[in-house]
Amino acid sequence: MKLALPIYALALGLSLGTAAAAADNGAALPPKDVSWPSNGPFGTYDRGTLQRGFQVYKEVCSACHNMNLVAFHDLAAPGGPGFTEAQAKAIAAGYKMPAEPNDKGDIFDEKGNRLTRPGILADHFPPAFPNEEAARMANGGALPPDLSLIIKARQGGPNYVYSLLTGFGQKPPHGFAVQEGKYYNPYFAGRNISMPPPLMRGSVSFADGTPSTVANEATAVVTYLAWASEPNLEERHRVGFEVMAFLILLAGLLFLSYRQIWKDEH
Amino acid sequence: MAGQSTYVPATGLSRWLDQRLPILRLMHDTMTTFPTPRNLNVWYTFGGILTFCLGVQIVSGIVLAMHYVPNAGLAFSSVEGGIMREVNYGWLIRYIHSNGASMFFLAVYIHMFRGLYYGSYKAPREIIWILGVLLYLLMMATAFFGYVLPWGQMSFWGATVITSLFSAFDQLIPHLGTTITTWLWGDFAVGDATLNRFFSLHYLLPFAIAAVVGLHIWALHVPGNNNPLGIDVKGPQDTVPFHPYYTAKDAFYLSLFVILFAGFVFFAPNFFGNPDNYTQANPLVTPTEIVPEWYLLPFYAMLRAIPQKLIGVLVLFGALLTLLFIPWLDTSKVRSCRFRPLMKQCFWVLALDCVLLGYVGSQTTDAALNLGSMQLPLVWLARLGTAYYFAFFWVIMPVVGWIEKPKALPESIAKPVLATTGERT
Repeated sequence: MKLALPIYALALGLSLGTAAAAADNGAALPPKDVSWPSNGPFGTYDRGTLQRGFQVYKEVCSACHNMNLVAFHDLAAPGGPGFTEAQAKAIAAGYKMPAEPNDKGDIFDEKGNRLTRPGILADHFPPAFPNEEAARMANGGALPPDLSLIIKARQGGPNYVYSLLTGFGQKPPHGFAVQEGKYYNPYFAGRNISMPPPLMRGSVSFADGTPSTVANEATAVVTYLAWASEPNLEERHRVGFEVMAFLILLAGLLFLSYRQIWKDEH
Repeated sequence: MAGQSTYVPATGLSRWLDQRLPILRLMHDTMTTFPTPRNLNVWYTFGGILTFCLGVQIVSGIVLAMHYVPNAGLAFSSVEGGIMREVNYGWLIRYIHSNGASMFFLAVYIHMFRGLYYGSYKAPREIIWILGVLLYLLMMATAFFGYVLPWGQMSFWGATVITSLFSAFDQLIPHLGTTITTWLWGDFAVGDATLNRFFSLHYLLPFAIAAVVGLHIWALHVPGNNNPLGIDVKGPQDTVPFHPYYTAKDAFYLSLFVILFAGFVFFAPNFFGNPDNYTQANPLVTPTEIVPEWYLLPFYAMLRAIPQKLIGVLVLFGALLTLLFIPWLDTSKVRSCRFRPLMKQCFWVLALDCVLLGYVGSQTTDAALNLGSMQLPLVWLARLGTAYYFAFFWVIMPVVGWIEKPKALPESIAKPVLATTGERT
């Protein structure tokens, strides 16, 4: 009998798959435990770290990774990296966006090149590659994931991405086979990752003088990615505090009315 | 207990209205003077809390629907790009709605276990219970449809797994199951057609829920509330008017519930969520683990406990349909477990059993518990848990009712007799 999607094959087969990977010593290490300033009920993002993180994203990650849900105006929005509107405009203008059809209805020039125009605040970050096939072609068959939601889309969140970015360069255990064209990273499921080590000492040079160690670069870019995933975190924490204060006061008053009303009946 | 109406229209206008549409009389009789047992405890506040949850889900959902795009190519970005980033306070409305579903189920489980413990399903309240089970089933369907809408990986694969359950009926009649599945999908795979109909149904069903809630409350107002002693109201000394006594009590406990709710919305909005649902649906990539939302996990564990697909699906449906028969499976004359020493123990084992099944449902199918030198595969725990679940309703409920010697019941709610001897009354 042929089933479109036999659930047992799905459930059992997949778990057998992970068991087999574990036998190959491919089970991922638990992520490092990092203390992020955005953790906890009053957590916020550090503006300087966000701006450095944006620099790392722009100069390193965006060569391969998209961030298609984030717009340039977000860079100047409250709770974000804290660029001024003029700075965000300048950043946007530095990107070449695929242009809309011109007055002849063309999107290619006479030589067949795609027409472009400078980005504006309303634009989203342009894709790194024209399409998925081109992205896979340039990355040994692997598709670099979009980073707009990456922190929320991975178990372990910022700790996981930080561990992954700082987890390169370790010696594989004896007998572990690193596949051709892949890199050993013990925090990645299966431990064979297609992404080459993205961050080196000095990959970027921070304008504020922060030493560009791999750890500093990773902290900065993970903070930036966390903001991209959850741009309203600061507002959420602030409104949450006000709502809680109101609700606790309300509950106190309701408790007193409840006791007052019931005092002769109990 | 509904009794005669005591409503007296106070003004000329309300007298005029009362002769044409006695809606103020209805509200007065059901929400103001309604005689309510004076001994209802905190667990009885969850009916009101559930009504609140339904209201929150409907209001927040209607606003979300204004911004949501039910299209397989656009749904994900309309939620994650539009609602969560561009819409004013969209993140708040979306987190209220997604956490609201979990809070709704938390409340309904407490409400159901309260009904089981105090025997609220017994005569003359059978229909209240059955309507409640219908509400629970409608809630599960609505939540399932809603979970598909953001069109993340878990939305897509959850929809695929759940709708594929029906393909098990191929084993009964060839092609029957596949035909049902194709009909549900509106296509030969989960896709745009599926998403559109799920959106339509997700918008429709809450109004069906609201209607059944109306029937549930109407049926409740005929015999009135059961109470923790499980004995009938004997007279006015046993009751207090619903308002202000229970409006005040419900409002206080509702405020505590809302504090918990807000705690999740503002400080852990993704606590109940699955990270995979922040990746757009991709029919070519199966997530390593397909896990339903927490409130469906016990049933998921039952499904996976059975190695044969059709039987597993029948067990899953059977576990839900069993709830409809509870009023006639319990043979005891005594309602409340306070006076049923044996049933009380079996009840708590059932509660633990459901938590255990939920835990097993959240784990991988090949997971095992390490007990020193021994390995206990979780699938065996699931089988044990499933067996107890069915045994509780189909064996323990009838048999314990016959063999148990209940404690002495108090004379009335107003004069509770704290008898601890096992004398039969």
